[in-house]
Amino acid sequence: MPTITIDGVAYEVEAGRNLLESCLSLGLDLPYFCWHPAMGSIGACRQCAVVQYQNAEDNRGRIVMGCMTPVTDGAIFSLSGDKARHFREAIVESLMLNHPHDCPVCAEGGECHLQDMTVMVGHRDRHYRGRKNTHRNQYLGPLINHEMNRCITCYRCTRYYRDYAGGTDLAAMAAHDHIYFGRHQEGVLQSEFAGNLVEVCPTGVFTDKSLVHDYTRKWDLQSAPSVCTACAVGCNTIPGERYGRLKRVHNRFNAEVNGYFLCDRGRFGAGFVNSDRALEFPGLREADGRYRALDHHDALHRMMDSCAAGKVAGIGSPRASVEANYLLRLLAGTDNFAPGFSDAEQDLVNLALRLQQQSAAVTPDIRTIESADAVLVLGEDVTNTAPRIALALRQSVRNKAYEMAAGLRLETWQDAAIRNLAQQQRSPLFIAAVADTPLDDVATRRLSLAPEGIAALGQAVAAGISGAASATPGSTSGEAVDIVAALARASRPLVIAGTGCGSAAVLQAAAEVANALCSSGRQAMLCLCVPEANSLGQAMLAGPKAPNLGALEERARAGEIDTLVVLENDLYRRGNSAGIDALLAECRNVIVLDGLDNATTSAATLVLPAANFAESEGTLVSLEGRAQRYYPLFQPREERRPSWVWLLACMKELERPDVHSLHHFDDITRACAADIPALAGITAAAPDLHYLNLGVKIPRQPSRYSGRTAMRANISVHEPKQREDEETPLAFTMEGLNRSQPGALLPWVWSPGWNSNQSLHKFQTHAGGPLKGGTAGVRLLHPGAAGGHRISDITAPATAAASAAPDLWQLVPRPRIFGSDELSALSPGLAELVVPGFIELSPADAGRLGVATGDGVDVGDGIATLEVRVNATMTTGCAGYSAGFAGSGNLAPLARVTLQRAANWQRRPQLIGSDRGNGSGSSHV
Amino acid sequence: MSLDLPLTRNVRADRSPTDLKAYEANGGYRGMKAAIGKLSPADCLQIIKDSNLRGRGGAGFPTGMKWSFVPMDDASPGHKYLICNADEMEPGTFKDRLLLECDPHQLIEGMICAAYTIQADLAYIFIRAEYHKAAELLREAIAACYERGYLGNNILGSDYSLQMQVHSSAGRYICGEETALISSLEGKRANPRAKPPFPQVSGLWGRPTIVNNVETLCNIHHIIERGADWFQGLGLTEDAGTKLYGVSGRVKRPGCWELPIGTPIREIIERHAGGMEDGYRLRGFLPGGGSTDFLTPEHLDLAMDYGTIGKAGSRMGTGTMIILDDKTCPVGFVKNLMEFFARESCGFCTPCRDGLPWSAQVLDDIEGGRGRPEDMDTLARQVEFIGAIGNTHCALAPGAMEPLQSAMKYFREDFERHISGSACPFCDGGAH
Repeated sequence: MPTITIDGVAYEVEAGRNLLESCLSLGLDLPYFCWHPAMGSIGACRQCAVVQYQNAEDNRGRIVMGCMTPVTDGAIFSLSGDKARHFREAIVESLMLNHPHDCPVCAEGGECHLQDMTVMVGHRDRHYRGRKNTHRNQYLGPLINHEMNRCITCYRCTRYYRDYAGGTDLAAMAAHDHIYFGRHQEGVLQSEFAGNLVEVCPTGVFTDKSLVHDYTRKWDLQSAPSVCTACAVGCNTIPGERYGRLKRVHNRFNAEVNGYFLCDRGRFGAGFVNSDRALEFPGLREADGRYRALDHHDALHRMMDSCAAGKVAGIGSPRASVEANYLLRLLAGTDNFAPGFSDAEQDLVNLALRLQQQSAAVTPDIRTIESADAVLVLGEDVTNTAPRIALALRQSVRNKAYEMAAGLRLETWQDAAIRNLAQQQRSPLFIAAVADTPLDDVATRRLSLAPEGIAALGQAVAAGISGAASATPGSTSGEAVDIVAALARASRPLVIAGTGCGSAAVLQAAAEVANALCSSGRQAMLCLCVPEANSLGQAMLAGPKAPNLGALEERARAGEIDTLVVLENDLYRRGNSAGIDALLAECRNVIVLDGLDNATTSAATLVLPAANFAESEGTLVSLEGRAQRYYPLFQPREERRPSWVWLLACMKELERPDVHSLHHFDDITRACAADIPALAGITAAAPDLHYLNLGVKIPRQPSRYSGRTAMRANISVHEPKQREDEETPLAFTMEGLNRSQPGALLPWVWSPGWNSNQSLHKFQTHAGGPLKGGTAGVRLLHPGAAGGHRISDITAPATAAASAAPDLWQLVPRPRIFGSDELSALSPGLAELVVPGFIELSPADAGRLGVATGDGVDVGDGIATLEVRVNATMTTGCAGYSAGFAGSGNLAPLARVTLQRAANWQRRPQLIGSDRGNGSGSSHV
Repeated sequence: MSLDLPLTRNVRADRSPTDLKAYEANGGYRGMKAAIGKLSPADCLQIIKDSNLRGRGGAGFPTGMKWSFVPMDDASPGHKYLICNADEMEPGTFKDRLLLECDPHQLIEGMICAAYTIQADLAYIFIRAEYHKAAELLREAIAACYERGYLGNNILGSDYSLQMQVHSSAGRYICGEETALISSLEGKRANPRAKPPFPQVSGLWGRPTIVNNVETLCNIHHIIERGADWFQGLGLTEDAGTKLYGVSGRVKRPGCWELPIGTPIREIIERHAGGMEDGYRLRGFLPGGGSTDFLTPEHLDLAMDYGTIGKAGSRMGTGTMIILDDKTCPVGFVKNLMEFFARESCGFCTPCRDGLPWSAQVLDDIEGGRGRPEDMDTLARQVEFIGAIGNTHCALAPGAMEPLQSAMKYFREDFERHISGSACPFCDGGAH
């Protein structure tokens, strides 16, 4: 480790880093703007200037930029000398020439990096007396607000948006002090990761529109560590609340899961928490359609009576916590508990779990995915099913660039230099999908294939790697040769597949490729995507023999179910409506616990309002098998209770012996861990209730939380006592200590002098490194430990044996980031980006049917009528449909159906001269 | 024809271009023929190193040394590029234009020899958009060379191949900075790049690249043909070769001349430019374009070479002087330059993007009679803040501060008269 001298003090620092990173890691405050730990250095803002001396005799030194200066043994620097300090102050003074003095009305105020840096450098008196430059702001869509006057031209936004996230519609324009960051014309930002601009921008140019319109300062937000529920990646988040409303979601750093970035579904998809469809009281929908509220105790007794009276079955949910599902499984009994997937998905998720448990390949986290030097994606459109993984893949293709940089001895943080060196050269990324994917622009090649073609390609690749001759000669074998060559050259090859394309054979083929790579001596990675926040946990809990919805329907028809308890699950999304109707009708009592009103709650005989992720605690198991805990952010309104509370109360009333010793949330977690071997590790996901940080709890409110009395003064001037949190180590107060605790318990980041999210480095072992308290979550899958069962021994479930016929099309799911997830699609801003349900056809098929984009097509015999999108990349014979959209429960993946032009179809009015989607009523700044 | 002035030997009195036939008739392409197939690239490099040729674009970096950083042979398989920087936009500079418009083949021959030396397979001429006449002439000349086998595959039957293209610049001063030029040529914003890595290692499209000024390249084949000693002998001082010197401003005969490097300034201004116009007195001059420090009449007897001018506190730069006479306001003169540099900032780094407009605004206030005494402190702080190489991302802003800092040194009383009199003494209504 090199030793450097800073202001006369010698420090040992990590080799290969720049001086700015090293200073921050040492706890020294050196201001900066353009550098970002995930994006490296470009030397634009000149804010991190220090003086470097040639040797001990040099007493003048010269100004160098900390972010552009490697730490070399014996180097001598000064941070605090006048020359460096005056220069840094002059930089802020220059940035402030045109920066408006609008902090009091700026959404960034109080968590603004520019404010912090201005105070840090000591700039106070203004010498400039010219006019300030002003700019026009743009409408950038329903999610992000634009206020260009505040720009300090650090280039972080375009570097993030273009270089890091692969977006094309945000750019630096004009020159000198007229530089403008925006789109070539107003319109919705196209990147699925645009929301990170809010956190990347060091000041208030890009702000969260939902926060701006329902505003609270950071210091007045009550926050808790949370986990995104919008997909299975399990990104760590920090949602913020005031007045019982969720105000915004920020990234919570987790070095292995999401790093510094979220996708827009995660960041903007939690607005459903504030929905006016939220259920607040127990009750039931009466025949006239009115919701009759019931008293809490009355409701509980009805539930108890129903469960006591006869045969009970339970349907869990892959979007509910492990604990709530576990209690329902106890209540209903193992044989009567369905995990709540659609029938097809249940088989696929079970298969994905088994393949990962038995593969010799590593199940990668995000950081490991970023390290992959060759990637094969089979069937899965990760941008739309597990978006954060797509962002990681965009980094993995840069490994070629880092390899080239190493040849020139460029450090990895020299971002501009490395991009200039590598230009368009990327590590191999092959994608096989039914049609185009948003990652195509960085792919070596993207092949359009039907699901069985994708599986055949995978098998051919696996055979090629094993050295066997391709068993399936055909059009894909030439492609397979290239893929085999790329994977075989790699030292860290990665294979990705998932449940997204609906094919068990594709999952199997992916696992075979990964295993073949392992057998040939490579440390291969296998990432299998599953759809929901707790899909994998649910498969672990329910096990492969659990009944599916179809089985329950049969039992219900046979009169074997008296009471059906449905946990946080709209069954109409899981199966065709006729089957669900029958299931619900055949049960005497249908008890539904859920947070929002939906078709299933409407069919219930008793509804219990369930708290959502922001109001309750729970454990979720992500697609990499990582158990993570989320915590309540605020107290649930009215009679809403966490599902586990309802279920436990009911079972206590029933005097069930198996819950006799369960009192707290932690007790359920422990009982589940003891009961279910696959989930044995979940108690380690986060510390239990008794954890104290140096004797105190962890505060949800920052130390500057204000107006606690005023907040309710319009209701009563008597401030209610803060609720005591009896279930978690967090407190609903400002009192406590937010320092050095385990990473799973980090409710906000803040440090003296560092009010923005840039304060994160104070919580990291080194700038950009993992959290000091440890990375949140615990891995339940033990990558590569199985030693490699023969994947072919694992039999894939038989898919419906519908053979191809010229008049039939194969339905293939085409999930969308905005719309395919149930709850996020109900969030106000995001809902504007959800397109109407669609069916994608190749031009040839559209021609055969005589339809064009915008026309309607009837699917099967009255299953659905969907709007046509002609897609030149769609595999002929396949019909891609908007999976997860309203009504798509009726469409079975991979089923072969008839299609015909819909009669009486009303085309939507065409949008004219605008790319604003259907953003009606959006404010135009 | 005088061999003592190799660069302008084909420049005719009427400035009409020299075509391939005339160029060859006057000994053209002999340097190329002496190099390709006869000398190894390493031999050529050694000759250029020995010649002590220094870059004529302004910085004066030794050309041979610059080339020697290009990885050769097995160390770097793949494309290599030579770029001619013909984006002549330095205020007061018009020397490359003379070479481009009057003798395009000279540049092409120089480039072929340079490209052969570094084994580049593709050469670009990045030319200022306003030089459309020159661009047209170059395209014609390049076409003629392809036809004649001087460009294209297997030049002169050797195994060396070179393609050449003309690229018209989008018209920004910063494109003259070699790394910004490369960014621009790649179709990106013309932002300079941080060094290292240097373009010799990772330049255009990430490949080894040499960027040289027009005048520099025009010397190459002469040196290869006639030898390093001949070239060394052309200079009057320690620098080698000839140099195109120019003078603009209120002199009797503004213009551009090829003279031995090291010719005294007085000789250039008084003999070649004919001295000051009648009624005007010399107050000062920028020796090498708009981004060099002022010199004053006391410096007239200095030799115009890199070292001498550097020791006097300025830079020889492009070697084209801008004259400040006694009836032109030095504050207005500097303000005009500052506004140019502020406008031409690429906007990448803070001191340049925000500091130059502020400096221009203060100068505008002073020139407009709105100056305040503390403005001199502001300007002094800006000079310190922006003026040092390393404080900024590239050399544009430090260059922009050179006329200002030297004007504040030599013409301080003019600034103070503006401020105390609340008007420009050189303008109507002023105290003068």
